[in-house]
Amino acid sequence: MMSKYIYMDNAATTPIKREVLEAMMPYFTDKYGNPSSIYSIGGQSRNAIERAREKVSKVFNAKPQEIFFTSCGSESDNWAIKGIAYANRKRGNHIITSKIEHHAVLHTCQYLEKQGFRVTYLDVDEYGFINLDQLKESIRDDTILISIMFANNEIGTIQPIAEIGKIAKEKGIYFHTDAVQAIGNVKIDVNELNIDLLSLSAHKFYGPKGIGALYIRQGVKIDPLISGGAQERNRRAGTENVPYIVGLGKAIELACENIDEHNEKLTKLRKRLIKGIFDNIDYARLNGDEEKRLPGNANFCFRFIEGESILLSLDMEGIAGSSGSACTSGSLDPSHVLLAIGLPHEIAHGSLRLTLGDFNTEEDVDYVVEKLTEIVARLRAMSPLYDERRER
Amino acid sequence: MYSEKVMDHFRNPRNVGEIEDADGIGEVGNPKCGDIMKIYLKINDDEIIEDVKFETFGCGSAIASSSMATELIKGKNINDAVELSNKAVIEALGGLPPVKVHCSVLAEQAVKSALYDYAQKNHKTIKGLENYNPEEDEIHCH
Repeated sequence: MMSKYIYMDNAATTPIKREVLEAMMPYFTDKYGNPSSIYSIGGQSRNAIERAREKVSKVFNAKPQEIFFTSCGSESDNWAIKGIAYANRKRGNHIITSKIEHHAVLHTCQYLEKQGFRVTYLDVDEYGFINLDQLKESIRDDTILISIMFANNEIGTIQPIAEIGKIAKEKGIYFHTDAVQAIGNVKIDVNELNIDLLSLSAHKFYGPKGIGALYIRQGVKIDPLISGGAQERNRRAGTENVPYIVGLGKAIELACENIDEHNEKLTKLRKRLIKGIFDNIDYARLNGDEEKRLPGNANFCFRFIEGESILLSLDMEGIAGSSGSACTSGSLDPSHVLLAIGLPHEIAHGSLRLTLGDFNTEEDVDYVVEKLTEIVARLRAMSPLYDERRER
Repeated sequence: MYSEKVMDHFRNPRNVGEIEDADGIGEVGNPKCGDIMKIYLKINDDEIIEDVKFETFGCGSAIASSSMATELIKGKNINDAVELSNKAVIEALGGLPPVKVHCSVLAEQAVKSALYDYAQKNHKTIKGLENYNPEEDEIHCH
Protein backbone atom coordinates (compact mmCIF):
# COMPACT_ATOMS: atom_id res chain seq x y z
CA MET A 1 0.00 0.00 0.00
CA MET A 2 2.56 2.52 1.14
CA SER A 3 5.60 2.90 -1.05
CA LYS A 4 7.91 3.56 1.86
CA TYR A 5 7.72 3.84 5.58
CA ILE A 6 10.00 6.22 7.42
CA TYR A 7 10.42 5.37 11.05
CA MET A 8 11.49 8.36 13.15
CA ASP A 9 10.37 7.19 16.57
CA ASN A 10 13.54 5.39 17.62
CA ALA A 11 13.22 6.71 21.18
CA ALA A 12 9.98 4.72 21.47
CA THR A 13 11.59 1.51 20.29
CA THR A 14 13.98 0.22 17.65
CA PRO A 15 13.87 -2.76 15.33
CA ILE A 16 16.02 -5.74 16.32
CA LYS A 17 19.21 -5.95 14.31
CA ARG A 18 19.57 -9.11 12.26
CA GLU A 19 22.74 -10.22 14.09
CA VAL A 20 20.91 -9.85 17.40
CA LEU A 21 18.01 -11.99 16.27
CA GLU A 22 20.38 -14.63 14.93
CA ALA A 23 22.23 -14.78 18.23
CA MET A 24 18.93 -15.27 20.06
CA MET A 25 17.36 -17.94 17.87
CA PRO A 26 19.17 -21.10 19.10
CA TYR A 27 18.09 -20.35 22.66
CA PHE A 28 14.43 -20.73 21.80
CA THR A 29 14.76 -24.20 20.34
CA ASP A 30 17.98 -26.25 20.66
CA LYS A 31 19.51 -24.55 23.67
CA TYR A 32 16.42 -24.39 25.82
CA GLY A 33 17.81 -25.63 29.13
CA ASN A 34 16.98 -23.95 32.40
CA PRO A 35 20.16 -22.19 33.50
CA SER A 36 19.60 -23.40 37.06
CA SER A 37 19.70 -27.08 36.00
CA ILE A 38 22.91 -28.99 36.45
CA TYR A 39 22.87 -31.05 33.23
CA SER A 40 24.76 -29.90 30.18
CA ILE A 41 22.07 -27.95 28.34
CA GLY A 42 21.39 -26.10 31.57
CA GLY A 43 25.06 -25.20 31.77
CA GLN A 44 24.94 -24.05 28.17
CA SER A 45 22.22 -21.53 29.06
CA ARG A 46 24.10 -20.48 32.19
CA ASN A 47 27.22 -19.78 30.12
CA ALA A 48 25.22 -17.78 27.60
CA ILE A 49 23.84 -15.59 30.37
CA GLU A 50 27.27 -15.03 31.88
CA ARG A 51 28.73 -14.09 28.50
CA ALA A 52 25.94 -11.56 28.04
CA ARG A 53 26.53 -10.21 31.53
CA GLU A 54 30.17 -9.72 30.72
CA LYS A 55 29.32 -7.81 27.55
CA VAL A 56 27.02 -5.49 29.46
CA SER A 57 29.51 -4.90 32.25
CA LYS A 58 32.29 -4.08 29.80
CA VAL A 59 30.48 -1.17 28.20
CA PHE A 60 30.19 0.66 31.54
CA ASN A 61 33.52 -0.40 33.01
CA ALA A 62 31.58 -2.36 35.64
CA LYS A 63 32.16 -5.86 36.98
CA PRO A 64 30.00 -8.69 35.60
CA GLN A 65 28.65 -9.47 39.07
CA GLU A 66 27.27 -5.92 39.23
CA ILE A 67 24.85 -6.52 36.33
CA PHE A 68 21.37 -7.93 37.00
CA PHE A 69 18.91 -8.80 34.28
CA THR A 70 15.32 -7.59 34.56
CA SER A 71 12.23 -7.66 32.38
CA CYS A 72 12.43 -4.04 31.21
CA GLY A 73 13.59 -0.52 31.96
CA SER A 74 10.57 0.15 34.14
CA GLU A 75 11.35 -2.84 36.33
CA SER A 76 14.94 -1.65 36.68
CA ASP A 77 13.75 1.80 37.76
CA ASN A 78 11.21 0.36 40.18
CA TRP A 79 13.77 -2.00 41.65
CA ALA A 80 16.47 0.64 42.03
CA ILE A 81 14.22 3.13 43.77
CA LYS A 82 12.01 0.87 45.89
CA GLY A 83 14.92 -1.47 46.63
CA ILE A 84 17.13 1.34 47.92
CA ALA A 85 14.27 3.02 49.76
CA TYR A 86 13.23 -0.08 51.69
CA ALA A 87 16.74 -1.36 52.40
CA ASN A 88 17.95 2.00 53.72
CA ARG A 89 14.91 3.22 55.57
CA LYS A 90 16.76 3.21 58.87
CA ARG A 91 19.27 5.67 57.44
CA GLY A 92 16.64 8.01 56.10
CA ASN A 93 13.51 8.40 54.06
CA HIS A 94 14.28 11.23 51.67
CA ILE A 95 14.73 10.83 47.92
CA ILE A 96 15.71 13.45 45.36
CA THR A 97 14.66 13.20 41.72
CA SER A 98 13.62 15.61 38.96
CA LYS A 99 10.35 16.76 37.45
CA ILE A 100 11.21 15.41 34.01
CA GLU A 101 11.90 11.78 34.85
CA HIS A 102 10.22 8.94 33.02
CA HIS A 103 6.97 7.83 34.63
CA ALA A 104 8.67 4.63 35.75
CA VAL A 105 10.66 6.84 38.15
CA LEU A 106 8.04 9.52 38.87
CA HIS A 107 5.21 7.14 39.65
CA THR A 108 7.51 4.95 41.74
CA CYS A 109 8.49 8.00 43.78
CA GLN A 110 4.84 9.00 44.13
CA TYR A 111 4.08 5.48 45.34
CA LEU A 112 6.84 5.74 47.94
CA GLU A 113 5.46 9.07 49.13
CA LYS A 114 2.27 7.21 50.00
CA GLN A 115 4.41 4.80 52.01
CA GLY A 116 5.78 7.67 54.06
CA PHE A 117 8.91 8.56 52.13
CA ARG A 118 9.64 12.19 51.30
CA VAL A 119 10.56 13.11 47.76
CA THR A 120 12.03 16.31 46.33
CA TYR A 121 11.33 16.85 42.64
CA LEU A 122 14.00 19.16 41.24
CA ASP A 123 13.02 21.82 38.71
CA VAL A 124 14.65 22.06 35.34
CA ASP A 125 15.55 25.14 33.31
CA GLU A 126 14.16 25.98 29.88
CA TYR A 127 16.51 23.45 28.25
CA GLY A 128 15.68 20.68 30.69
CA PHE A 129 18.80 20.80 32.87
CA ILE A 130 18.56 20.38 36.61
CA ASN A 131 20.20 23.05 38.75
CA LEU A 132 23.18 21.66 40.66
CA ASP A 133 22.85 24.28 43.40
CA GLN A 134 19.22 23.32 43.94
CA LEU A 135 20.35 19.69 44.12
CA LYS A 136 22.94 20.54 46.80
CA GLU A 137 20.43 22.60 48.76
CA SER A 138 17.89 19.77 48.64
CA ILE A 139 20.21 17.26 50.27
CA ARG A 140 19.31 16.56 53.89
CA ASP A 141 20.76 14.34 56.58
CA ASP A 142 18.14 11.72 55.78
CA THR A 143 18.60 11.73 52.00
CA ILE A 144 19.28 8.18 50.86
CA LEU A 145 18.94 8.34 47.09
CA ILE A 146 19.36 10.72 44.18
CA SER A 147 17.71 9.47 40.98
CA ILE A 148 18.29 11.62 37.91
CA MET A 149 17.88 10.38 34.37
CA PHE A 150 20.94 10.35 32.13
CA ALA A 151 19.16 11.72 29.09
CA ASN A 152 15.55 12.73 28.66
CA ASN A 153 13.33 10.57 26.47
CA GLU A 154 11.29 13.47 25.12
CA ILE A 155 13.63 16.39 24.62
CA GLY A 156 16.95 14.53 24.63
CA THR A 157 18.68 16.75 27.20
CA ILE A 158 21.76 15.09 28.71
CA GLN A 159 22.15 15.92 32.40
CA PRO A 160 25.48 16.83 34.05
CA ILE A 161 25.83 13.28 35.34
CA ALA A 162 29.49 13.57 36.39
CA GLU A 163 28.71 16.57 38.60
CA ILE A 164 25.67 14.87 40.11
CA GLY A 165 27.71 11.72 40.79
CA LYS A 166 30.41 13.79 42.47
CA ILE A 167 27.91 15.53 44.74
CA ALA A 168 26.25 12.23 45.65
CA LYS A 169 29.57 10.59 46.42
CA GLU A 170 30.77 13.47 48.61
CA LYS A 171 27.57 13.25 50.63
CA GLY A 172 27.55 9.46 50.77
CA ILE A 173 24.18 9.21 48.99
CA TYR A 174 23.35 6.53 46.47
CA PHE A 175 23.06 7.78 42.90
CA HIS A 176 20.73 6.03 40.45
CA THR A 177 20.39 7.05 36.82
CA ASP A 178 17.77 5.94 34.34
CA ALA A 179 20.03 5.53 31.31
CA VAL A 180 17.43 3.86 29.10
CA GLN A 181 17.76 6.50 26.39
CA ALA A 182 21.49 7.05 26.81
CA ILE A 183 22.84 3.55 26.21
CA GLY A 184 24.36 3.29 22.77
CA ASN A 185 24.27 7.08 22.43
CA VAL A 186 26.59 8.24 25.21
CA LYS A 187 29.77 6.62 26.53
CA ILE A 188 29.27 5.75 30.16
CA ASP A 189 31.86 4.79 32.77
CA VAL A 190 30.09 4.13 36.06
CA ASN A 191 33.29 4.61 38.04
CA GLU A 192 34.30 7.89 36.47
CA LEU A 193 30.75 9.19 36.84
CA ASN A 194 30.21 7.78 40.37
CA ILE A 195 27.00 6.03 39.38
CA ASP A 196 25.76 3.46 41.91
CA LEU A 197 22.76 2.15 40.00
CA LEU A 198 21.89 2.38 36.33
CA SER A 199 18.79 1.22 34.43
CA LEU A 200 18.77 0.10 30.82
CA SER A 201 16.42 -1.52 28.33
CA ALA A 202 17.42 -3.56 25.27
CA HIS A 203 14.76 -2.44 22.82
CA LYS A 204 16.12 1.10 22.77
CA PHE A 205 19.37 -0.09 21.20
CA TYR A 206 18.21 -2.57 18.57
CA GLY A 207 17.63 -5.43 21.00
CA PRO A 208 14.39 -7.19 21.91
CA LYS A 209 11.53 -5.74 23.97
CA GLY A 210 10.87 -7.28 27.37
CA ILE A 211 14.42 -7.38 28.67
CA GLY A 212 16.45 -4.89 30.68
CA ALA A 213 19.14 -4.72 33.27
CA LEU A 214 20.09 -2.89 36.42
CA TYR A 215 23.68 -2.13 37.30
CA ILE A 216 24.17 -2.22 41.06
CA ARG A 217 27.57 -1.19 42.39
CA GLN A 218 29.10 -3.80 44.67
CA GLY A 219 28.35 -3.02 48.30
CA VAL A 220 25.14 -1.09 47.63
CA LYS A 221 22.44 -2.06 50.09
CA ILE A 222 19.28 -2.93 48.15
CA ASP A 223 16.23 -5.11 48.68
CA PRO A 224 14.96 -7.38 45.91
CA LEU A 225 11.83 -6.31 44.05
CA ILE A 226 10.87 -9.85 43.01
CA SER A 227 11.24 -12.57 45.61
CA GLY A 228 11.54 -16.25 44.82
CA GLY A 229 14.36 -18.48 43.62
CA ALA A 230 18.06 -17.87 43.80
CA GLN A 231 18.46 -16.45 40.31
CA GLU A 232 20.65 -13.39 39.76
CA ARG A 233 22.57 -14.08 42.93
CA ASN A 234 19.45 -14.08 45.07
CA ARG A 235 18.51 -10.59 44.02
CA ARG A 236 16.03 -11.04 41.21
CA ALA A 237 13.98 -14.22 41.21
CA GLY A 238 12.43 -15.82 38.15
CA THR A 239 13.78 -18.16 35.50
CA GLU A 240 16.11 -16.16 33.32
CA ASN A 241 14.83 -15.16 29.90
CA VAL A 242 17.83 -16.70 28.20
CA PRO A 243 17.25 -15.83 24.51
CA TYR A 244 16.41 -12.24 25.41
CA ILE A 245 19.41 -11.90 27.69
CA VAL A 246 21.56 -13.18 24.83
CA GLY A 247 19.88 -10.62 22.57
CA LEU A 248 20.52 -7.82 25.03
CA GLY A 249 24.19 -8.82 25.25
CA LYS A 250 24.63 -8.89 21.50
CA ALA A 251 22.73 -5.63 21.01
CA ILE A 252 24.69 -3.69 23.61
CA GLU A 253 27.95 -4.99 22.20
CA LEU A 254 27.01 -3.83 18.69
CA ALA A 255 25.63 -0.50 19.92
CA CYS A 256 28.70 0.35 21.93
CA GLU A 257 31.41 -0.81 19.54
CA ASN A 258 30.00 1.53 16.87
CA ILE A 259 29.07 4.34 19.19
CA ASP A 260 31.29 7.06 17.65
CA GLU A 261 30.22 6.26 14.12
CA HIS A 262 26.56 6.07 15.21
CA ASN A 263 26.75 9.40 17.01
CA GLU A 264 28.49 11.16 14.16
CA LYS A 265 25.92 9.92 11.66
CA LEU A 266 22.90 10.71 13.82
CA THR A 267 24.19 14.12 14.86
CA LYS A 268 24.64 15.04 11.21
CA LEU A 269 21.14 13.83 10.33
CA ARG A 270 19.64 15.63 13.32
CA LYS A 271 21.27 18.91 12.36
CA ARG A 272 20.03 18.51 8.81
CA LEU A 273 16.52 17.85 10.11
CA ILE A 274 16.52 20.84 12.45
CA LYS A 275 17.94 23.15 9.79
CA GLY A 276 15.44 21.87 7.23
CA ILE A 277 12.57 22.57 9.56
CA PHE A 278 13.72 26.03 10.57
CA ASP A 279 14.42 26.95 6.94
CA ASN A 280 10.93 25.92 5.86
CA ILE A 281 8.54 26.36 8.77
CA ASP A 282 8.02 29.55 10.76
CA TYR A 283 6.75 29.70 14.34
CA ALA A 284 8.71 26.56 15.15
CA ARG A 285 10.84 26.04 18.24
CA LEU A 286 13.34 23.40 19.19
CA ASN A 287 12.80 21.95 22.66
CA GLY A 288 15.85 20.96 24.68
CA ASP A 289 19.45 22.07 24.37
CA GLU A 290 20.92 22.50 20.90
CA GLU A 291 24.15 20.62 21.66
CA LYS A 292 23.88 18.67 24.90
CA ARG A 293 21.21 16.31 23.64
CA LEU A 294 20.91 12.75 22.40
CA PRO A 295 22.34 12.54 18.89
CA GLY A 296 19.11 11.36 17.25
CA ASN A 297 16.60 13.44 19.20
CA ALA A 298 14.77 16.41 17.72
CA ASN A 299 11.73 17.83 19.49
CA PHE A 300 9.76 20.75 18.12
CA CYS A 301 6.73 22.83 18.88
CA PHE A 302 4.75 24.21 15.97
CA ARG A 303 2.51 27.02 17.07
CA PHE A 304 -1.21 27.26 16.25
CA ILE A 305 -1.62 23.51 15.62
CA GLU A 306 -2.02 20.38 17.69
CA GLY A 307 0.32 17.39 17.89
CA GLU A 308 -2.04 14.53 17.27
CA SER A 309 -3.22 15.98 13.98
CA ILE A 310 0.44 16.35 12.96
CA LEU A 311 1.07 12.68 13.80
CA LEU A 312 -2.00 11.46 11.91
CA SER A 313 -0.99 13.52 8.91
CA LEU A 314 2.58 12.21 9.03
CA ASP A 315 1.27 8.66 9.28
CA MET A 316 -0.77 9.23 6.12
CA GLU A 317 2.52 10.06 4.40
CA GLY A 318 4.19 6.95 5.82
CA ILE A 319 6.14 8.72 8.55
CA ALA A 320 6.18 7.67 12.23
CA GLY A 321 6.82 10.23 14.96
CA SER A 322 5.45 11.06 18.40
CA SER A 323 4.06 13.99 20.35
CA GLY A 324 3.73 15.27 23.89
CA SER A 325 0.23 16.54 23.20
CA ALA A 326 -2.46 15.59 25.70
CA CYS A 327 -4.52 14.09 22.89
CA THR A 328 -1.87 11.48 22.23
CA SER A 329 -1.12 10.65 25.83
CA GLY A 330 -4.70 9.97 26.85
CA SER A 331 -4.27 12.28 29.82
CA LEU A 332 -5.63 15.75 30.47
CA ASP A 333 -2.38 17.60 30.23
CA PRO A 334 0.35 17.79 27.69
CA SER A 335 3.73 16.24 28.49
CA HIS A 336 5.05 16.88 32.01
CA VAL A 337 8.48 17.43 30.47
CA LEU A 338 7.33 20.21 28.16
CA LEU A 339 5.44 21.86 31.02
CA ALA A 340 8.50 21.55 33.29
CA ILE A 341 10.68 23.44 30.79
CA GLY A 342 8.14 26.25 31.05
CA LEU A 343 6.07 25.88 27.90
CA PRO A 344 2.47 27.07 28.13
CA HIS A 345 -0.15 24.37 27.53
CA GLU A 346 -1.20 25.67 24.13
CA ILE A 347 2.35 25.51 22.80
CA ALA A 348 3.11 22.14 24.39
CA HIS A 349 0.03 20.73 22.60
CA GLY A 350 1.76 21.37 19.29
CA SER A 351 4.82 19.27 19.95
CA LEU A 352 6.44 16.75 17.66
CA ARG A 353 9.28 14.44 18.56
CA LEU A 354 11.29 12.89 15.75
CA THR A 355 14.00 10.47 16.87
CA LEU A 356 16.51 9.24 14.33
CA GLY A 357 18.11 5.83 14.32
CA ASP A 358 20.74 3.78 12.54
CA PHE A 359 18.39 2.97 9.67
CA ASN A 360 17.50 6.57 8.76
CA THR A 361 19.10 8.33 5.79
CA GLU A 362 19.54 11.88 4.50
CA GLU A 363 16.78 11.14 1.98
CA ASP A 364 14.45 10.24 4.84
CA VAL A 365 15.23 13.54 6.56
CA ASP A 366 14.61 15.56 3.40
CA TYR A 367 11.36 13.72 2.73
CA VAL A 368 10.14 14.36 6.28
CA VAL A 369 11.01 18.06 6.05
CA GLU A 370 9.15 18.33 2.75
CA LYS A 371 6.03 16.53 4.00
CA LEU A 372 6.05 18.23 7.38
CA THR A 373 6.19 21.65 5.73
CA GLU A 374 3.04 20.80 3.77
CA ILE A 375 1.31 19.30 6.80
CA VAL A 376 1.99 22.27 9.08
CA ALA A 377 0.77 24.65 6.38
CA ARG A 378 -2.39 22.61 5.85
CA LEU A 379 -3.22 22.41 9.56
CA ARG A 380 -2.47 26.08 10.11
CA ALA A 381 -4.78 27.01 7.27
CA MET A 382 -7.51 25.31 9.30
CA SER A 383 -6.55 26.86 12.63
CA PRO A 384 -8.43 29.84 14.05
CA LEU A 385 -5.34 30.69 16.09
CA TYR A 386 -3.23 31.13 12.99
CA ASP A 387 -5.96 33.33 11.60
CA GLU A 388 -5.88 35.65 14.58
CA ARG A 389 -2.14 35.97 14.25
CA ARG A 390 -2.61 37.04 10.64
CA GLU A 391 -5.16 39.66 11.57
CA ARG A 392 -2.98 41.22 14.22
CA MET B 1 -8.03 4.08 16.60
CA TYR B 2 -10.35 6.18 14.40
CA SER B 3 -13.13 5.03 12.09
CA GLU B 4 -12.72 5.37 8.33
CA LYS B 5 -15.27 8.16 8.35
CA VAL B 6 -13.27 10.15 10.92
CA MET B 7 -10.10 9.67 8.90
CA ASP B 8 -11.95 10.69 5.73
CA HIS B 9 -13.14 13.93 7.34
CA PHE B 10 -9.70 14.54 8.81
CA ARG B 11 -8.01 13.93 5.47
CA ASN B 12 -10.53 15.90 3.43
CA PRO B 13 -12.35 18.21 5.80
CA ARG B 14 -15.52 19.76 4.33
CA ASN B 15 -16.25 23.46 4.59
CA VAL B 16 -12.90 24.66 5.91
CA GLY B 17 -12.31 28.38 6.03
CA GLU B 18 -14.04 31.56 7.05
CA ILE B 19 -17.00 33.57 5.80
CA GLU B 20 -16.07 37.23 5.72
CA ASP B 21 -19.61 38.63 6.04
CA ALA B 22 -20.91 35.85 8.25
CA ASP B 23 -24.31 36.31 9.88
CA GLY B 24 -23.28 34.32 12.92
CA ILE B 25 -19.92 33.31 14.36
CA GLY B 26 -19.35 30.91 17.24
CA GLU B 27 -16.06 30.08 18.89
CA VAL B 28 -15.70 27.54 21.67
CA GLY B 29 -12.88 25.72 23.40
CA ASN B 30 -9.64 26.83 24.88
CA PRO B 31 -6.08 26.65 23.57
CA LYS B 32 -4.99 25.41 26.98
CA CYS B 33 -7.07 22.27 26.48
CA GLY B 34 -5.75 21.82 22.98
CA ASP B 35 -8.90 22.49 20.99
CA ILE B 36 -10.75 25.50 19.64
CA MET B 37 -13.57 25.45 17.10
CA LYS B 38 -14.87 28.43 15.23
CA ILE B 39 -17.96 28.20 13.05
CA TYR B 40 -19.18 30.80 10.56
CA LEU B 41 -22.79 30.82 9.31
CA LYS B 42 -24.38 32.50 6.31
CA ILE B 43 -28.13 32.55 6.91
CA ASN B 44 -30.69 33.78 4.37
CA ASP B 45 -34.02 35.56 4.89
CA ASP B 46 -35.84 32.25 5.12
CA GLU B 47 -33.61 31.35 8.08
CA ILE B 48 -31.86 28.67 6.07
CA ILE B 49 -28.13 28.06 6.60
CA GLU B 50 -26.92 28.76 3.09
CA ASP B 51 -23.27 28.38 3.86
CA VAL B 52 -21.15 27.26 6.76
CA LYS B 53 -17.40 27.19 7.31
CA PHE B 54 -15.17 26.17 10.19
CA GLU B 55 -11.71 26.67 11.54
CA THR B 56 -10.37 24.29 14.16
CA PHE B 57 -7.26 23.99 16.28
CA GLY B 58 -7.17 20.49 17.65
CA CYS B 59 -6.65 16.81 17.22
CA GLY B 60 -7.86 14.60 14.40
CA SER B 61 -11.27 13.98 15.91
CA ALA B 62 -11.78 17.69 16.64
CA ILE B 63 -11.20 18.49 12.98
CA ALA B 64 -13.39 15.59 11.81
CA SER B 65 -16.18 16.53 14.27
CA SER B 66 -16.18 20.13 13.03
CA SER B 67 -16.26 19.01 9.45
CA MET B 68 -19.12 16.60 10.07
CA ALA B 69 -21.11 19.17 12.07
CA THR B 70 -20.91 21.66 9.19
CA GLU B 71 -22.15 19.01 6.77
CA LEU B 72 -25.04 18.13 9.05
CA ILE B 73 -26.33 21.70 9.32
CA LYS B 74 -25.67 23.01 5.83
CA GLY B 75 -28.95 23.78 4.03
CA LYS B 76 -30.97 23.34 7.20
CA ASN B 77 -33.37 25.74 8.83
CA ILE B 78 -31.89 27.33 11.96
CA ASN B 79 -34.56 25.69 14.10
CA ASP B 80 -33.45 22.28 12.88
CA ALA B 81 -29.76 23.12 13.07
CA VAL B 82 -30.01 24.10 16.71
CA GLU B 83 -31.08 20.58 17.50
CA LEU B 84 -27.81 19.08 16.31
CA SER B 85 -26.51 16.94 19.13
CA ASN B 86 -23.06 15.62 19.78
CA LYS B 87 -24.52 12.12 19.55
CA ALA B 88 -25.62 12.82 15.99
CA VAL B 89 -22.08 13.94 15.15
CA ILE B 90 -20.61 10.78 16.69
CA GLU B 91 -23.10 8.59 14.87
CA ALA B 92 -22.42 10.25 11.54
CA LEU B 93 -18.71 9.75 12.09
CA GLY B 94 -19.16 6.04 12.70
CA GLY B 95 -18.17 6.42 16.34
CA LEU B 96 -15.45 8.19 18.32
CA PRO B 97 -13.07 6.72 20.92
CA PRO B 98 -14.41 7.45 24.45
CA VAL B 99 -11.59 9.92 25.21
CA LYS B 100 -12.57 11.91 22.12
CA VAL B 101 -16.28 12.31 22.82
CA HIS B 102 -15.65 15.86 24.05
CA CYS B 103 -14.68 16.82 20.48
CA SER B 104 -18.25 16.13 19.36
CA VAL B 105 -19.57 18.12 22.32
CA LEU B 106 -17.40 21.00 21.24
CA ALA B 107 -18.82 20.78 17.71
CA GLU B 108 -22.39 20.90 19.03
CA GLN B 109 -21.51 23.90 21.18
CA ALA B 110 -19.77 25.70 18.33
CA VAL B 111 -22.92 25.42 16.21
CA LYS B 112 -25.14 26.62 19.07
CA SER B 113 -22.80 29.48 19.79
CA ALA B 114 -22.85 30.61 16.14
CA LEU B 115 -26.64 30.40 16.01
CA TYR B 116 -26.88 32.38 19.23
CA ASP B 117 -24.63 35.04 17.78
CA TYR B 118 -26.93 35.24 14.73
CA ALA B 119 -30.01 35.47 16.94
CA GLN B 120 -28.47 38.22 19.05
CA LYS B 121 -27.44 40.27 16.02
CA ASN B 122 -30.88 39.96 14.46
CA HIS B 123 -32.91 40.35 17.63
CA LYS B 124 -34.43 36.92 17.22
CA THR B 125 -34.96 34.05 19.55
CA ILE B 126 -34.26 30.49 18.54
CA LYS B 127 -36.14 27.77 20.31
CA GLY B 128 -33.70 26.02 22.61
CA LEU B 129 -31.35 28.97 22.89
CA GLU B 130 -33.59 31.25 24.99
CA ASN B 131 -31.45 30.78 28.05
CA TYR B 132 -28.21 30.16 26.23
CA ASN B 133 -25.19 31.73 27.84
CA PRO B 134 -22.04 31.38 25.79
CA GLU B 135 -19.90 32.11 28.85
CA GLU B 136 -21.45 29.26 30.79
CA ASP B 137 -21.14 26.88 27.94
CA GLU B 138 -17.35 27.09 28.02
CA ILE B 139 -16.04 23.58 28.03
CA HIS B 140 -13.45 22.54 30.58
CA CYS B 141 -10.45 20.45 29.71
CA HIS B 142 -11.32 16.82 30.02
